[in-house]
Amino acid sequence: MTLTSYLWVVPLLPLTGAALNGFFGRQLPRKAITAIALIFCGAAFVMALALAAGFSSASAPYSCDFKHWLRSGDFQVDFSFYLDQLSLVMLLVVTGVGFLIHIYSVGYMAEDDGYYRFMAYLNLFMFFMLTLVLAKNYLVMFIGWEGVGLASYLLIGFWFIKDSAAAAGKKAFIVNRIGDFGFLIALFLMIKHFGSLDFTHVFAAVRTLPTESAGAGLLTSIGLLLMVGAAGKSAQIPLYVWLPDAMEGPTPVSALIHAATMVTAGVYMVSRSSAIFERAPMAMMVVAIVGTLTALFAATIGIAQTDIKKVLAYSTVSQLGYMFMACGVGAFSAGIFHLMTHAFFKGLLFLAAGSVIHGIGGEQDMRKMGGLRAYMPVTFLTMSVATFTIAGFPPLAAYFSKDEILWKAYSSPNGSWVFWLIGVITAFITSFYMFRLWFLTFFGDYRGAEATQDAKHQSAAHATHDATDQHGHGHGPHESPWVMLGPLVMLAILSIVGGWVGIGGRFEHFLAPVFQSGAAELAHESAGEAAGQGTETLLMLISVTAAVLGFLLAWTLYLRRPQLPARIAAGLGALYDAVSHKYYIDELYAVLFVKPLIDGSTTILWHGVDQGVIDAAVNDSATAARHVSDNARHMQSGNLRSYAGWVAAGAAVVIAYMVWMGVPR
Amino acid sequence: MVPLSYYLVLSGILFVCGVLGFLIKRNIITIFMSIELMLNGVNLSFVAFAAQWHALSGQVFVFFVMVVAAAEAAVGLAIVIAVYRTRETLNVDQVNLLKL
Repeated sequence: MTLTSYLWVVPLLPLTGAALNGFFGRQLPRKAITAIALIFCGAAFVMALALAAGFSSASAPYSCDFKHWLRSGDFQVDFSFYLDQLSLVMLLVVTGVGFLIHIYSVGYMAEDDGYYRFMAYLNLFMFFMLTLVLAKNYLVMFIGWEGVGLASYLLIGFWFIKDSAAAAGKKAFIVNRIGDFGFLIALFLMIKHFGSLDFTHVFAAVRTLPTESAGAGLLTSIGLLLMVGAAGKSAQIPLYVWLPDAMEGPTPVSALIHAATMVTAGVYMVSRSSAIFERAPMAMMVVAIVGTLTALFAATIGIAQTDIKKVLAYSTVSQLGYMFMACGVGAFSAGIFHLMTHAFFKGLLFLAAGSVIHGIGGEQDMRKMGGLRAYMPVTFLTMSVATFTIAGFPPLAAYFSKDEILWKAYSSPNGSWVFWLIGVITAFITSFYMFRLWFLTFFGDYRGAEATQDAKHQSAAHATHDATDQHGHGHGPHESPWVMLGPLVMLAILSIVGGWVGIGGRFEHFLAPVFQSGAAELAHESAGEAAGQGTETLLMLISVTAAVLGFLLAWTLYLRRPQLPARIAAGLGALYDAVSHKYYIDELYAVLFVKPLIDGSTTILWHGVDQGVIDAAVNDSATAARHVSDNARHMQSGNLRSYAGWVAAGAAVVIAYMVWMGVPR
Repeated sequence: MVPLSYYLVLSGILFVCGVLGFLIKRNIITIFMSIELMLNGVNLSFVAFAAQWHALSGQVFVFFVMVVAAAEAAVGLAIVIAVYRTRETLNVDQVNLLKL
């Protein structure tokens, strides 16, 4: 099949769309902008489908060398692309979900003045994301990696008039820099020790090295540095702080970049580097611990948030934690499986939340929602699917993927019952806060009515809240147009059926060739299958019970006895305060890192070095030159004879010098 | 034979007289004469060295200087006359503009 030799076309399609809309969008009518954005993104999707149709595991991986890039001695990096089972899954998820969200954006951003800009950025993001997942070496991957960071920055700060949005964009960018630093160092280590960045070369070289079971060596350092990069991009402890703030961006952006695709790049990267991690158990352990802690930590914060998008943001962080937990215990395919189902249901959650926000005129506070079930039935239905999915109810998608992770966390040789226990607790909390969101938003009575009444003195605060969504829907809540509901329905279907590909370990078998030891593990597992069957069923029952308990708790607290949460919150006092303020992590970082950095930069670098040394040197030399010339200009009086006098005096000085010092022979 | 240093001292005195006259005097013709004085001071040292070292080139150089001085005198005096006709003065301080 020759289609694979045109692999480079896939990322280039959205780039073309981005260029067209970016350069000429201002002059184009909206219909043309829409057409360009959708056609190029859709073409990439169609091509991905064609690639998938022609894909055969026997002849994978396909690779395609597009152009030479760097040549320096033995070291060389090319623009080359790569398609194996893992990148195929990523390719389909990115283009598929991306295309749906493009369609949704047409409706959501319809009345925004920056429509062409938004569409151009979205296409640009698709370009970089596709580069990331199709790259054949780490450097091309890094281009995509940085590029999606750029697109994320541009889109978070899309409404840059708002200070908070601009600041959130910067925060995301800067926090990601920290992670990228780790990634870069890892790349340098690879160049130094393996002389290549090509996946096949690096992994072949790694496989000749022994497992670093005791202590830390080269592979452990590379693994840990890669994890730093992944933690930045995928919002893990301690670098997760940017993701909740990133919700300042338009909701389709939150869905596409900060839930479905970009933030999962770290999981993809770690899975891609599975060969390295498998030989560095300590790095694996760190990945698992970071993932598990993040999952629990973010989930607890999610309980006390009132902004609908913030809840979803913390939920995303928590779900990403699950994926890292899976990678950390060596169940890379389970991580990727959850990545895929997460893209469906979390994308859906965000889009449905966006539909809600859109329908009630830009309000994001769940306390001002309620009873929306009656006003927006389709949104309600799709959101319900997503909520039940993320909570892990069978037979929806996340039930399969989350269960796979929990089972692996328990049974894998690298796993432990601790990971499993925290995972189940997190599943319970997840179920609780998601149903809390669901009940607060769609059940009870609409509480926005009071908000409209005293809107007169609050309208200023609202107007700044979500600039685009303020398009004069003064009347009550209403359902969104079908251009937005269509993607919701599509994603809801995917959220239901998406997990079925994993039944019977089919997904794992499909990905097994990518994860070298996967084959061995599968054999090992089928041997222990019979023994583990009973335990697996038991664990599954426990996690489903956790989900049901979460549902019941949310139902009791937010539907049956809505006055209870406030009393519990009051009873918990300081603990509740800490949770609702996100454990004061932002404040802690501000004191520990941001303030010293700003103070140091202000006093030492700005006042000291810049003003004191650099500026002072420039200014003082200019002043000195002025003083000298101020005096020297008196020599040029314009009087002929004074010139002659200077000439004579000069000659006299020269002669005197020669007489005094003697003439050199 | 008169020692070389005598000639050189005399040459230096002549040259300094010329320089001082050039700087101090205001009359354009006097300045002109001061220049001649400087040239002759230099000429004197040329011929003195030529006689001392028995080298002809010094004397040849003096002829060149004399020729140039004569040419300069011809042009210079013509300019002086032209200036006097237009300005009615030979004071250099009042003739400090190139335009009329």
